[in-house]
Amino acid sequence: MSKVYIALQDNDESRYIVEAIEEENEGCTIIHMPAMIRIEREHKLVVSREVVEEKMGRDWDIQELHLNLITLGGNVDEDDDLFTLEWKQ
Amino acid sequence: MSVEIKTAILEPVRNTFAHIERRFGDKPATRYQEATYDVASEVNFHYRPLWQPEFELNDPGRTKIVMKDWYAFKDPRQFYYGTYVQARAKQQEVAESNFSFFEKRDLTRFLSEDVKEKLVRLVIPFRHVEQAANLNNVYGSSFAYGTAITQALLYNGMDRLGNAQYLSRIGLILDGNSGDTLTKAKHHWMEDAAWQGVRAYCEANICVDDWFESFVAQDVVLDTLVADLVYNQFDAWLQENNAQDVGMLTEFIRNWHKDTNRWVDSVVKIAAAESAENKAKLEEWIHVWKNKATIALAPLAAEMVGDGALELAVATLTKRLNKAGLFK
Repeated sequence: MSKVYIALQDNDESRYIVEAIEEENEGCTIIHMPAMIRIEREHKLVVSREVVEEKMGRDWDIQELHLNLITLGGNVDEDDDLFTLEWKQ
Repeated sequence: MSVEIKTAILEPVRNTFAHIERRFGDKPATRYQEATYDVASEVNFHYRPLWQPEFELNDPGRTKIVMKDWYAFKDPRQFYYGTYVQARAKQQEVAESNFSFFEKRDLTRFLSEDVKEKLVRLVIPFRHVEQAANLNNVYGSSFAYGTAITQALLYNGMDRLGNAQYLSRIGLILDGNSGDTLTKAKHHWMEDAAWQGVRAYCEANICVDDWFESFVAQDVVLDTLVADLVYNQFDAWLQENNAQDVGMLTEFIRNWHKDTNRWVDSVVKIAAAESAENKAKLEEWIHVWKNKATIALAPLAAEMVGDGALELAVATLTKRLNKAGLFK
């Protein structure tokens, strides 16, 4: 099974998102690159609204993720509370 | 032929300041961390203040609450000057557009005399309460310990002036910018029997020495009750009495309460979780001030909404306190 990945711009917003992803997805690899943070994990990666809100300390819409998104790999499943990346072949 | 794009990675010499690294480890730090943690001086003060020689200039002893680490009071909103100003500027833009919409459509003409009278007598005087809240929070800001809490108290203090100004502007909209409503509201604040309890509460709180107690009396007890009474229950009353447009003018304060409650709850929760002594002290303070506040607010609550309003507000307060780990 290959890895799913997501890359975000390295800025003050993304830092909290990365923090949330790190907490929620055990065993994910975080790679700091110039101006970009890439996160990889086997099989599956989730971003949930609740955890990001807690880190940011404000209401956060899952769709705001796209403001800082550079690229991603995996089949996306997104609703109001959860954003999931997973290979489904 | 394939083109390979190469990047040269320049590793920064260090990720953050040494004192931030000691707390959070050697990794890129957030602006909030860098602007907050261990910023206030703790040692090597030259001499004790002449006006309070029993304390150092920055001294944790100015409150009965004891913390091992005063930087435990992390602001859940992570406000430092930059993010604070940006957040409020955004909210203010919305509020300004609400006010100008209200004025442009002259929505005042849909308000009955009875509603106007109620606003002037029961809502606008709350600008004086906001002024007292400003004093209490700024007092905390100057005498508390550790930037984590002092900066949040200062932001809260400044917000209170903003709230007071928006309340005043409601008055100015009602009287066509003559200022008559403000004079009347001041008169109610000073003379009206219904207001004297709240005025006494505010004055008593301004004289409290312990900054944490003052914070509890203001931000925890009084604000929770007022927020529920005025901006929730009275707002519902306005909606039922064909004055729902007024809600546009108080929306800023409602949103502000939602935002600020996060921080207030977290401060209470952290202080209570620190030790049993802190918890007992907080419960003692809350007990005393809650009794004073319910007596003070009773006549206002009865006139604003009616019977049972104050009990609902107190229930809201109890729920919040339970959530923060108190009175359980």
